[in-house]
Amino acid sequence: MQTKMNWIVILRYGLIGGVVALYFSMIGMVEAFSLRNLVGTILNLGNILLFGGMLAAGYMAVRQHEGAPFAKKVLAGLLAGAVAALVPILLIVGDQNLALRPIFVNVTPAIIRTLTFGREGAAGFLILTLVSAGVGLLAALYHSLPPRFRSPIGKAIAWTLILAIFSELVIQILRNLSATALSSLLFTGNSFKPAAAIGLLILLTALFFFQEWRHTRHLSADPVATEKTKRARLRTRVIQFILLGAFLLAAPYIVGSFLSQVLFEIGRYVLLGLGLNIVVGYAGLLDLGYVAFFAFGAYTMAILTTTTALNPSPGVFNFWLALPIAVVVGVLFGLILGFPVLRMRGDYLAIVTLGFGEIIRILALSDWLAPIMGGAQGVLSIPVPSLFGIDFRGPERMYYLVLFGSLLAAFISVRLRDSRLGRQWMAMREDEDVAEAMGINLVQTKLLAFAIGAGFSALGGAIFAARLNTIFPHSFNLLISVNALSLIIVGGMGSIPGVIVGAIALVGLPELLRQFQEYRLLMYGIVLIVMMLVRPEGFLPTDIIKRELHRSDAPDQPNVEIQA
Amino acid sequence: MASIITAKNVTKTFGGLTAVANFSVDIKENSIYAVIGPNGAGKTTLFNCITGFYKVDEGEIIFDNLPIQNLRTDLIARMGISRTYQNIRLFANMSSIENILVGQHPRLTTSWAEAIWKSKRFKTEEEEALQEALRLLRFVGLQGLGDQLARNLPYGAQRRLEIARALASKPKLLLLDEPTAGMNPHETSDMTLFIQNLRDELGITILLIEHDMKVVMGISEQISVMDYGAKIAEGKPKEIQNNPRVIEAYLGRGAASGLKKAKKEKA
Repeated sequence: MQTKMNWIVILRYGLIGGVVALYFSMIGMVEAFSLRNLVGTILNLGNILLFGGMLAAGYMAVRQHEGAPFAKKVLAGLLAGAVAALVPILLIVGDQNLALRPIFVNVTPAIIRTLTFGREGAAGFLILTLVSAGVGLLAALYHSLPPRFRSPIGKAIAWTLILAIFSELVIQILRNLSATALSSLLFTGNSFKPAAAIGLLILLTALFFFQEWRHTRHLSADPVATEKTKRARLRTRVIQFILLGAFLLAAPYIVGSFLSQVLFEIGRYVLLGLGLNIVVGYAGLLDLGYVAFFAFGAYTMAILTTTTALNPSPGVFNFWLALPIAVVVGVLFGLILGFPVLRMRGDYLAIVTLGFGEIIRILALSDWLAPIMGGAQGVLSIPVPSLFGIDFRGPERMYYLVLFGSLLAAFISVRLRDSRLGRQWMAMREDEDVAEAMGINLVQTKLLAFAIGAGFSALGGAIFAARLNTIFPHSFNLLISVNALSLIIVGGMGSIPGVIVGAIALVGLPELLRQFQEYRLLMYGIVLIVMMLVRPEGFLPTDIIKRELHRSDAPDQPNVEIQA
Repeated sequence: MASIITAKNVTKTFGGLTAVANFSVDIKENSIYAVIGPNGAGKTTLFNCITGFYKVDEGEIIFDNLPIQNLRTDLIARMGISRTYQNIRLFANMSSIENILVGQHPRLTTSWAEAIWKSKRFKTEEEEALQEALRLLRFVGLQGLGDQLARNLPYGAQRRLEIARALASKPKLLLLDEPTAGMNPHETSDMTLFIQNLRDELGITILLIEHDMKVVMGISEQISVMDYGAKIAEGKPKEIQNNPRVIEAYLGRGAASGLKKAKKEKA
């Protein structure tokens, strides 16, 4: 048990928190974000950014004093917070004595006012120090809570913040559900009323506490699941499933047009991600030119359904007829581009596929293929798909296409993962030579991965073309491959729920936070780095499928000790 | 007894280095055959030639009356040759059972289309494969560890899992590359018994590389000694023990003559 104060740790985390606050201030993020109120005018997004780092610093410093008496924890938190304030104070001093503005254009008088809470001189420093020490104190208090309260409170705070950040969305949804009364009860403008925020916080805390309590009671009551609890668990699963299904089906009409477009984008990337997940996540083939297959799907759809040199009578093909052809073309090109790279591994494969992706884009852009593919002008007026006289116009309806595409892709992914082919892929990912020595035909296995992945991507491309009605070569740039790869990494390699979470986090969130567009790539980078450091396996990594012992069976005693 | 595998004048060179030189061997069905020799003698290269990891430059390898030299690795595996590795090469991020299931790959027949459709045949085959995997898991004494990731298993368990994986394809010939490397004496004697059981119970021919002379002399019926890629001696354990060329290869000429002298003086 460590009861001595660890000054170095306090200093270190304090300085880290301060530097984070300084960085966000100097690049103008705090100022831009402070325009967005979260709770009344008391708390805005800028505050979160400025003091969030300090809070984390305080928490980390206190955590290093696990087991220390309460007073020492409080002292650690207070000190870490106060140290964190020193760094922004340096900025203020610098701003007053040196001309920082010409170099750091974002060091505006407004940000200085924010940092000093509008006071001049020493008073400003004092307030800043006190506030950040207070933030550190909060962290210490939070850490000192018994764990059984800590986690529900933490979750409740996080959810309240999330609801506050996406308040416009919540208001929109409430309006579509014709619950405007509730919405005006909770919000003023687009920020929470303080009373409503506190009410919500208490409600959520109670809810999470109850949930946890029920969970632990269940566990302690019967560690081995009985028939009854198993049935109860199944029932909750079914109910959850039905609710989720109902939400997915009704979503466009609940959330409105703008959000339907966001959902469409998420769905498109889920489709891409599921395909790439087979290639990268299952088979371990790092493909950076994945966008090529997306382009093949889109261009096949475009060429078949519009008038081009290749297709003078477009009336023959409607969307539904062109869709399977687009997928088949994607699969074929998956095979064709797969062949030359069969013998390549790792980095070499990545570079070559990267090259393929660019070649396809440049070919689409070229004058040579312009009569067929439209060159830089792209292909215009791709018809809107229609089924039984219903036009799939607009994001609300196109959403259904992408939803069913994603469901199909997820279904196929799951089935393949649990099959012999899935095991072949994973064995190949783990060790190609050994896999071959187990009788696995590498050529066939790799080509199947490329082909199936390409098929999903082409399906996404075809739907994308029909949604936009127009496609241009520059819609198929490297960034799409990079996005798809990043969302797999963030979600968890080889995990299907991970793909969905990754798509929501990396595609959905930026769409929703459009007002902060200019910081998008910065946040993207931060998320990826933090992810790699803290949770390299991703948000929702794959579980080991329990094959030997199901939880319901009596646990067999392993006859070999597992090393820690 | 018929021979299961015959190598005739196999030669493998890497640039100027001859790793396997004109090596011939004939292994009888249902026997335990050991290849020994100093480090770098070309034993593992020989294994890699048999399993198709390397293309042989000259010579022939006949398995089950069919020439297999320079066939693709996966085809050779399908014909019934299975192996383990000197430095354990399990599928580290897959569970023990999944490792064994991959090992069964050559025996399974359902296609990926059937897997999507989940045909009845697919379901029965998967169920049988799982039962077989569980059986093998018990056979190598790893029951209860089936759902552990291979990389989390203790060293000895990893060795045994690798053998279970190799057995899953129901091979006729099993190549073991230093099966007791890094084991303590207790584990080594367990492993020795285990290898003997494999042959006695499953009727699998075993070809092994081993450095532990106690193991080699204890279980093998025939031994080949390799040095600089060539076979310098072959025979029963007793004959090998007293072969002056073998002693020379292991200890160097000076030491060998010293030993001889010492023996003479003793006599």
